[in-house]
Amino acid sequence: MSLKFASESQNARILSVGAYRPPRVVPNSEIIGRIDSTDEWIQQRTGIQTRHIADSSQSLVDMATIAAEQAITRAGLTASDIDAVIFATISYPYQAPSAATEILIRIGNTKAAAFDISAACAGFCYGVGIANDMVRNKTANNVLVIGAEKLSDFTDPDDRATAFIFADGAGAVVIGKSQDVGIGPTIWGASAETREAILLEPSYLDYKNNPGKTDLGWPNISQQGQTVFRWAVYEIAPIALKALTAAGLSVDQLAAFIPHQANERIIDSLAKSMKLPDTVAIARDIRTTGNTSAASIPLAMDALLAQRPDLHGQSALLVGFGAGLVYAGQVVELPPAPKI
Amino acid sequence: MALTVDVVLAGIKEIVVEVAGIDAGIIAMDKKFTDDLDVDSLSMVEVVVAAEEKFGVKIPDDEVTKMATVGDAVNFIVANGK
Repeated sequence: MSLKFASESQNARILSVGAYRPPRVVPNSEIIGRIDSTDEWIQQRTGIQTRHIADSSQSLVDMATIAAEQAITRAGLTASDIDAVIFATISYPYQAPSAATEILIRIGNTKAAAFDISAACAGFCYGVGIANDMVRNKTANNVLVIGAEKLSDFTDPDDRATAFIFADGAGAVVIGKSQDVGIGPTIWGASAETREAILLEPSYLDYKNNPGKTDLGWPNISQQGQTVFRWAVYEIAPIALKALTAAGLSVDQLAAFIPHQANERIIDSLAKSMKLPDTVAIARDIRTTGNTSAASIPLAMDALLAQRPDLHGQSALLVGFGAGLVYAGQVVELPPAPKI
Repeated sequence: MALTVDVVLAGIKEIVVEVAGIDAGIIAMDKKFTDDLDVDSLSMVEVVVAAEEKFGVKIPDDEVTKMATVGDAVNFIVANGK
């Protein structure tokens, strides 16, 4: 038996990027009191000066919708042109239905394919890889990939290891047809033996199976900072270089490096290990945005393009890495200057 | 080359100079990474990762936490290196 499939593939690229940061800016000085720390210590360890935190009336999907609509508009499209929505997040507070289907309602297109992916800080790059495969195989023409988080809902303000790191925000891209190859091969994988380095627990079942147990607490992110830092600086640079090679580029030909904004020290270490020349623009959105997990790369992409409009249409190496531990990276052609 | 104390100390000096940006002259076996050499917990990870690569030795996380001085690190690498 031989089944039918699209006979020829088509090329794909990022058509546009959209971003949303909640208006409330929280400086380190607002956080240090509860964790007995200092502004200087936080900046030295992470590079973070301020971050954006949503208030309780603003949901994850509220933020994601604004970023998504901006991306659709900037691509010169309307919601009805979107064939599929991929939503990367770890902070949607429901198991089902998906956040992606809530986006469909909000943007006014209830018919597109829609699903969420759980790959934490690598989620956006996983989404870009999947969307690229969908467009290339003609199972979709325009895919909306969202990375959004409201990590403030799942961060313990008294946890000295995480309280100053995580923040809120949303980013989105539309991936669609292209004349040339605009997204290189995705290099992805896991180091699952280190799965317990970043956890978000207890689970729903812990509550159900332990009625009356009052010390379970709210599910918050816990992180073994040194273990994750070590994994990131040791394992991720070779992955990023592999993605670069797979796309047929050398570091000298690269215009921008947009890694997951986990910690500025990790960004510095990656740039050094990869021997990136000074000509490569490095995204350092972490300083004013904190770590927004799946949202960090599209947010950093949007910020970098705002600072450096000459980078529109230039090459950028993306690499995401986080809870799992999982990673994904690819080279993309940055979107052209918005049509609107 | 055999991993003697002198060889490993010289290698650790190079790494700490690179990571912490301090003068090699102040690095000695009895110096504490945190208090004397301005190597914080994350810089320590960078030192360890570089040392593992340089000397072909695996340094587990729980050993890293025990390494207060340069001498602690040098002695571990000499004892566990090939």
